[in-house]
Amino acid sequence: MRKNPRYLLWLIIGLTIAAVFINLPKFSNVHLAGKTFNFDPNSIFAALKINQTLNFREGLDLKGGTSLVLRANMKNIASDQKSSALNSAKTVIENRVNLFGVSEPLVQTAVTNNNDYRINVEIPGVTDVNQVRNLIGTTAQLNFWEEIASSAAKLNSVDVINAGGTYFKKTDLTGSDLKQTSVGFDQNTGKPEVQLVFNSTGAKKFADITQRTVGKRLAIMLDNQIIEAPTVNQAIEGGNAVITGGFTTDTATQLSTELNAGALPVPLSILSSSIIEPTLGSASLAKSLFAGALGFIIIVVFMTTLYKKLGAIASVALTLYTLFVLAIFKLSSITPYGITLTLSGIAGFILSIGMAVDANILIFERMKEELRQGKSHETAIELGFSRAWTSIRDSNISTLITSFVLYEFGTGMVKGFALVLAIGVLVSMFSAIVVTRTFLRLIYK
Amino acid sequence: MKINIIGKKYWYFLISLIVIIPGIISLILFGLNLSVEFTGGSNITLALPNKVSNANVKTISTVFLQNKIKIQDITTSGSQVLIKSQPVDQNQDLRITQELKTKLGNFQQQSYETIGPTIGAETLQNAIYALIVASILIVIYITWSFRSVPKPTSSFRFGVCAIIALIHDVLVLIGLFSIFGHFFGVEIDSLFVTAVLTVIGFSVHDTIVVFDRIRENLRRVGGENFSEVVNDSILQTLDRSLNTSLTVILVLFALLIFGGDTIRWFVVALLIGIISGTYSSIFNASPLLVVWQEILQKRKK
Repeated sequence: MRKNPRYLLWLIIGLTIAAVFINLPKFSNVHLAGKTFNFDPNSIFAALKINQTLNFREGLDLKGGTSLVLRANMKNIASDQKSSALNSAKTVIENRVNLFGVSEPLVQTAVTNNNDYRINVEIPGVTDVNQVRNLIGTTAQLNFWEEIASSAAKLNSVDVINAGGTYFKKTDLTGSDLKQTSVGFDQNTGKPEVQLVFNSTGAKKFADITQRTVGKRLAIMLDNQIIEAPTVNQAIEGGNAVITGGFTTDTATQLSTELNAGALPVPLSILSSSIIEPTLGSASLAKSLFAGALGFIIIVVFMTTLYKKLGAIASVALTLYTLFVLAIFKLSSITPYGITLTLSGIAGFILSIGMAVDANILIFERMKEELRQGKSHETAIELGFSRAWTSIRDSNISTLITSFVLYEFGTGMVKGFALVLAIGVLVSMFSAIVVTRTFLRLIYK
Repeated sequence: MKINIIGKKYWYFLISLIVIIPGIISLILFGLNLSVEFTGGSNITLALPNKVSNANVKTISTVFLQNKIKIQDITTSGSQVLIKSQPVDQNQDLRITQELKTKLGNFQQQSYETIGPTIGAETLQNAIYALIVASILIVIYITWSFRSVPKPTSSFRFGVCAIIALIHDVLVLIGLFSIFGHFFGVEIDSLFVTAVLTVIGFSVHDTIVVFDRIRENLRRVGGENFSEVVNDSILQTLDRSLNTSLTVILVLFALLIFGGDTIRWFVVALLIGIISGTYSSIFNASPLLVVWQEILQKRKK
């Protein structure tokens, strides 16, 4: 490989074309020289039958939205049930968040070292406090209560109530036994009703309950309010039921949606919340990008003035470095480890451009020294790289150590910064060692 | 003519102390101005329909107090009011907003951020852990990476001196920000912690380049005249140290002037840290190796 830098050159050219292709934004109907052009970097995924799209993922500080940390109150949950309770709470929150219809919401669970069970939620685009509050509401607790003889009723029990002289006892059939719900209309009266379909265990329970309550009443309670208490005429097999509680179309739809989303298995409280207006974000983004571009130009001018031809080569390598890093950001959006661009991440990226130059400066200074001692250009290039390598390796590894520690201990913003810095350092090593060296070898051959 | 940095080493240590000591005094007297991220609390920004008057500010403070929430700070700019207070939960926020709307007319709540005290304490704890763990790992790495360094020195000494230079930079940064916090109200937030950690990376980065050259020169000429080898190594890497720092400083200046308010103090922190890091790698870390060596030699005699 050392003998023939041409293979490496082709590799670099190939990577560059791929990076440019990935980075290009999607465009359509662009008219140029009388022809119409369409372009979409995702077309290649479509051709490969991969159902994914490439995107720069923007953090909440860039596009606005709400970020919440919720704490699950596990007081009444057995210790071996806690993590499953947390996961089902997460599913419920996810369902409710999905009702907002926003793209890329984030719902994650976390258990802290002092045994706090938490759910982190990020909802891009939603900045209404009231909407967010509804997320953790304990609405739509659906229960079925069967009529019992007054003699059997022990009123001090929480599972028995007295409703207008009739005693009802709570059954084990709840909203969590539902498979799905929908809104329909009564065939006779034309009034809206909520249609319930139970899952297999729910259907079994419902059949058992209706069998033993034939001729008696069955109360359907929502959030501890009876919405109706019809008399059971016969046992109902098959797991279908209908609630006709004097709904309007709107209230029926709302109930159906809430039942579909499910009830929370544990009460949640809000530990922290922040709502970020998108205008704050986009203004900062534009400023940071401008500053980044300016910083880039400053580096190019500085390097070319200081190191003439070498500096120009380093500037080309730096341009490729920027393309590669951006391509990695965009590619990561289709992996489970998607990188979210935040303001601090962009700061980290701009900073890593500065660090990428460092490796080049180290090498060039070393080459100058070797040239001063009367060595040939070719020897100076090889010596410059091999002698500078130990410093580049050691200094970059310490930066990597710092970014891994940051990623491990950091939260949100700090994590984003650390990830970008680590990627920046790795790519900058590739850019300095492979890209710059290949260019130099080709030029001085 | 050769510049003699090692000969004047105690002067350079003195300059470091002149910068660090006021910062430490400020840390003891005033402490750090921690943001709500660490202490817990709320930041609420309101956009009023008109320019904010003193009467508006008074109304806002009264409503907050009636809801038993202590306000730590209210600042205004144009039609915007920024309120920093004890934690306000979502229900309290709704109630306060409604009360204010009847008194101030229709305004917009631009941002609402609240952090419970537990989350704040955790963030602070994590930041301190991160600092300690990163320092330890870096000492271990340097001790390992410089294990083949020839006599009369040892790789462990390189590691320790790099960390002393690192602590120097962290002290400069935290001390100055304690002073800024007291006089200009600058807050320590998680971006600042990020800046401190970046500076740690940079400081070690810079120091290692000089140490790497000392290692190489010791192998070549031996350690007969240790302080001269160190001095030569510093001078040989001086161009690189200055040029590298200069490029980063130029980029940071671009960010400082055009990067917007959100990251302004973050950039200032990085600038201070990187200037300090460059200084300490040239004038502190390597001269300390020589001091260590001289002390050991004196003891032997």
